[in-house]
Amino acid sequence: MSKPTGLAYFWYTLEQRMATPTPYLTMFGLSLWIFTYWLLCEGLEFWRFGKIPGPVTVLTDWFARDPFQGISIFKEEYYIHIWSSCRRIAIAFCIATGVGVPLGLFMGWSKAFRDYTFPILEVLRPIPPLAWVPLAILMFSGFETPVIFLATLASLFVTTLNTMLGVDSIDEEYFRAAGCLGSSKWQIFTNVVVPGALPFIFTGLQISVGVAWFSLVAAEMVSGDYGLGYLIVDSFMNNVTVPMVIGMLTLGLVGWGTSVMVRQVGRQLMQWQVKELAQQDR
Amino acid sequence: MTDAGPANMAASEGIDFGAGQSRMELKNVSKGYGEEWEFDQVLGNLSLEVEAGMLTVVVGPSGCGKSTLVNLIAGFETPDTGTILLDGSEVTGPGKERMVVFQETALMPWQTTYENIVFGPKLRGDYQGGNLEAEAVKLIEKVGLADFKDKYPLQLSGGMQRRAELARALINEPRIMIMDEPFRGLDAMSRELMQEFFLKIFEENRRTQIFVTSEIDEAIFLADRLVVLSNKPAEVRTVIDIDLPRPRDFKMMSSPEAYRYKSEAMEILHEEAMKSFSDSASASGFMEVYAKTGD
Repeated sequence: MSKPTGLAYFWYTLEQRMATPTPYLTMFGLSLWIFTYWLLCEGLEFWRFGKIPGPVTVLTDWFARDPFQGISIFKEEYYIHIWSSCRRIAIAFCIATGVGVPLGLFMGWSKAFRDYTFPILEVLRPIPPLAWVPLAILMFSGFETPVIFLATLASLFVTTLNTMLGVDSIDEEYFRAAGCLGSSKWQIFTNVVVPGALPFIFTGLQISVGVAWFSLVAAEMVSGDYGLGYLIVDSFMNNVTVPMVIGMLTLGLVGWGTSVMVRQVGRQLMQWQVKELAQQDR
Repeated sequence: MTDAGPANMAASEGIDFGAGQSRMELKNVSKGYGEEWEFDQVLGNLSLEVEAGMLTVVVGPSGCGKSTLVNLIAGFETPDTGTILLDGSEVTGPGKERMVVFQETALMPWQTTYENIVFGPKLRGDYQGGNLEAEAVKLIEKVGLADFKDKYPLQLSGGMQRRAELARALINEPRIMIMDEPFRGLDAMSRELMQEFFLKIFEENRRTQIFVTSEIDEAIFLADRLVVLSNKPAEVRTVIDIDLPRPRDFKMMSSPEAYRYKSEAMEILHEEAMKSFSDSASASGFMEVYAKTGD
C-alpha cells in the first residue's frame, strides 16, 4: 500500500491514534480533574474553595456572547490580551534565541570565550526576573520594552546554558573524525558543533519558551496595559474572579501551543533523531 | 582500491607488495599522563616499523595503551619523546593520509550514509579521482550499503555502520589506515563477516594497515605481521610473522600453523596480562591460589 496523502493521511493517522489507549486515558484524566474542580468549588463549596469560580461559571462566561464579568471569546478585548502577550513572547523568544544560541555555541566551542563570559552568566542567571522589574522600568520607557526585556532575559539564560551544554555533550570521536578527514576549525563548527548541539538546543528552547511566559506574566502584572498577565492581576484588583481564571486557562493553552510549535520545528530539523526514535518503537 | 591487478599479481608471484605503498616508523616513542607525583607512563620507549603494503596487527593485554598508540599515530596527541614518521616525514597532527576507523562508530549521526562518505573530500574540495558522487556511490555499493545510501547511521546495524565507516575512510585514499578495534561490540557472526570483508578490501591493493585488537584469533586471521605489546608501559614485546597464505579463509584458523602462532602469542600475552594482574594488590590473593592450582 502506498502512503496515503492529504486528508486520507489525516484520517489514517487519526484512526491509528484512536486505536491506542492514549486519547481515552487523556479524556478520563481530564474529566476526573474537571469533576474534582467542580466538586470542590461548586458541588460542595468546600471550605474556601467556594470563593473560587467553578468550571460551570467559568465556561459559561468564557463562551457567552454577553459575559457577566466582561471577558469571553466574543469580546475583542480578550483577543487584544492574547495578542499582546503572544507578540511580546514572539519578540522576546526571537531575541533570546538569536543571541543565546550563538552565544552558547561559542561558549561551548571556545575555551577562551567561555572563560570571558561564563562567570558573568552564572552571576546573572540566579537573579529572578521579578528582581529585575525595578531596573527594567528605570532602564526602559513605556510599557512594552521593559516587559519584553524581562521575558528575553529569563529565556536567554536558559537557551545559552543549554546550548553550551549541548556542545559539551558532543562525543570527542566526532571532532576527531572530522579532524582526521581534514576539516578546518570553522568547518568543524558548522558540521559538528552546530548539528551535534541541536538536540540540547531544542530541549533548551522548549524550556526557554516556558520560562519566557513565566517572566512575561510576572512583568505584565507589574507593568503593562494589556496582556494575559495584566488581565489576571487587573481582574483580581477589580474583584472579578472569572476573567482571572479565564486568563489563567488561556495562558496555559497558549503556552502549551508555543511549546508544541518549538517541538515541531525541532523535529523537522532533526529528522535523523526522529527516525531513531521511530525505530526504537518498532 | 583501483589497481587491484598488479597487487594480486604481486601476491601470487611473491614479489615485494610494498611497491608504491607507504611505510611508517615509530622511534623510541613514549607517552604518559598525569601530574608528576602520579605519573602514568603508558608507552615506554616503543619502537615499531610498519612495513609498506603490510597488514600489521597490534595486540596487547587490555589497558596496555593500544588506544594511546592509535591516538599518537593519528596525530590526535603528540608523543612525550620520540618521533613518528610516515614515509620519512614526521607526523604532527591529524591528516587525511592517516585515516582512523574508530572503536565506537564515529559516523556523524546527523548525516546520511552518503553524506558521511563524501564528507571529507567535499570539505577539503580536493577530490582527484573524477566524479566524487559517482565514486561514492560505487564505494557504497562495494560495501553493500546501496539500499542504505540515504539512511542515517542510527538506522543501520552495527556491521553496516562499520562498513560505512570503512568506506568513509577509503574514499580519501589514505596512505595508511589505522583500525582501532573496529569490530569490537559486534556479534560473533557479523564480526566474522566483517573480518572477511575487511581482508577482501585489503588484499585488493594492500594499502598499509595498522590494526589494533585485543582478540588473538582476529589478529592471527588478519595479520601479515603480529606485534605483541608488553604490559604498561608498553613496548614491543615480540614480532611474529604470520605466514598463512592469502587470500585467507576461516578454515586456515584450524590449521596447525595457525594454532602454533596462536599459542606462541597467547603465552606471551598471558605472561604480560599476569604481570599487570599481580601489579594490583587486591589481586595478590587470587594470584597465590592461581599459582597453586596452575602447578
